[in-house]
Amino acid sequence: MTHYLDFEKPLAEIEGKAEELRTMARQNEEMDVEAEAKALDKKAAELLRELYGKLTPWRKCQVARHPNRPHTRDYINTIFTEYTPLAGDRNFADDHAVMGGLARLDDRPVMVIGHEKGDDTKSRIARNFGMARPEGYRKAIRLMAMADKFNLPVITLVDTPGAYPGKGAEERGQSEAIARSTEACLGLGVPLMSVIIGEGGSGGAVAFASASQVAMLEHSVYSVISPEGCASILWKDSEKMREAAEALRLTAQDLKQLGVCDRIIPEPMGGAHRDRDATIDAVKRTLVDMLDSFDGKDADTLRAERRRKFLDMGSVGLAA
Amino acid sequence: MNWISNYVRPRINSIFSRREVPENLWTKCDECGTMLFHRELSDNLNVCTSCDHHMPISPRARFATLFDGGTFATVDVPEPVEDPLKFRDQKRYPDRMKTAQRATGEKEAMLVATGEIGRTPIVAACQDFSFMAGSMGMYVGNAIIAAAEKAVELNRPLILFSAAGGARMQEGILSLMQMPRTTVAVQMLKEAGLPYIVVLTHPTTGGVTASYAMLGDVHIAEPNALICFAGPRVIEQTIREKLPEGFQRAEYLLDHGMLDRVTPRTELRDELITITRMLLGLPPAIMGDLPAPDATDDAAPSDDTAPAA
Repeated sequence: MTHYLDFEKPLAEIEGKAEELRTMARQNEEMDVEAEAKALDKKAAELLRELYGKLTPWRKCQVARHPNRPHTRDYINTIFTEYTPLAGDRNFADDHAVMGGLARLDDRPVMVIGHEKGDDTKSRIARNFGMARPEGYRKAIRLMAMADKFNLPVITLVDTPGAYPGKGAEERGQSEAIARSTEACLGLGVPLMSVIIGEGGSGGAVAFASASQVAMLEHSVYSVISPEGCASILWKDSEKMREAAEALRLTAQDLKQLGVCDRIIPEPMGGAHRDRDATIDAVKRTLVDMLDSFDGKDADTLRAERRRKFLDMGSVGLAA
Repeated sequence: MNWISNYVRPRINSIFSRREVPENLWTKCDECGTMLFHRELSDNLNVCTSCDHHMPISPRARFATLFDGGTFATVDVPEPVEDPLKFRDQKRYPDRMKTAQRATGEKEAMLVATGEIGRTPIVAACQDFSFMAGSMGMYVGNAIIAAAEKAVELNRPLILFSAAGGARMQEGILSLMQMPRTTVAVQMLKEAGLPYIVVLTHPTTGGVTASYAMLGDVHIAEPNALICFAGPRVIEQTIREKLPEGFQRAEYLLDHGMLDRVTPRTELRDELITITRMLLGLPPAIMGDLPAPDATDDAAPSDDTAPAA
């Protein structure tokens, strides 16, 4: 069952009609509907191109949050071999909103870490909708330290609405955990590559994405605050999320101009969820390419270059 | 507001009540309601003399009481690109900036200075909550980097006073990028083996807490300061229950292991001197108010030197 977003309603109608015709034809063999169905398919494809050719920032947020979009688990299972999950922060718990472990990328051993949102009610609850608690960040810190020790490149996949705003999370030092995770990213003597695959939500994302290179999927977003949150603070009306999304400049395209995003990975027409395999494959090719670009760099150079990149950030603004 | 102040129509009122007139000789404590005379209040570092409630204090006033003889030299902060996103909500960002600059008389939300405390040379940075809620944008990031670079250059410790509602939304992703940027600044200090002491003041929240404010060698907070990542209202909306009394206040964080100490503002200076000198391996300081250091020092009186406000 395809899940349609609100702006895809006209598309849902056309695709629904084509599907209906084909179902009828299957039940009644004398009917020849193929020509008509094909015409509808064509119309749907055109509409899809039209809709996705000029997605507004708010629509991009919706696509980035699409429930059928591939998640960290899908990427890990498809891109890597010998994935061996490693659990726990050695202090308090294992946070299922963050998955990570050893894996091979085309035979090269790496450490992979990412937020996982879950894809049905049960797994979403277990994964806390991808909102990590301090344990999640502390697990990431532990894995990064291990990667540094054994000279393994680190790959992070970012897909979170933000760090979990809960009582226990605050008591156990959510801020400190995020700060230390960012610090760990910036201290690594091995390559650190991040891919924003869906939502890059605020500090919860920075804790993983303070990387040597940051790639973003074409319709992913990365922002200091959710458009809804920004709207309720600055417009005093959370329904103004469209305006807020516009003002925040949270799209991959804007972030590339600002130097926050290094590469944009194109998505299949209609978004990552319409062709998951192609999306995952494109991400893999980007990762391999990024990893190759670090060949021959020693720990000090890697650290210095990463820090320099962040210190230099923000020297250019955007046009109105 | 009473009937006298209401009597004049508000528009005219605003023309006549400019800052040069000391409009408020008396301040009412938000906590206990005691009326405090302005001199008595500023002598006590904006701490209520009857209930010890810590009221906001401007960076300049804080530095005037922190540094020996109230003498300090401000450190230049590289100017960032103005309004990088051309941000507009109900107001344009440059207009919000102008309003804040007029209200505070400051350029931005952080002040960096060099000077001596108890004859111990330091670099200090202080965030200004009255300037757009002390929010962290490019300028604040640049200020912290400038402070760290200055500390490394002069081989001095950095003492940072935090106060912020979080990241500055009007700078979008660039405000978020101040989390890694300021973390790099803290790493510079660490690699130079210099002490980095954070004094968390009311309130310190969001991306500020989740970066440089929680990366100190020593964390000291002022009493009852709100210190958190997510604010109490956000958490109440998420978990749909009332939060306990004192949740996310300094004393609560001390209990949960996030702070080293909770220290009243009036005792802070002596404590900072004691800690800094021990970390630097210096002999104990002579306590009390000290006159300004010799004029040969870089902290000699300059145009930027502010008398006690």
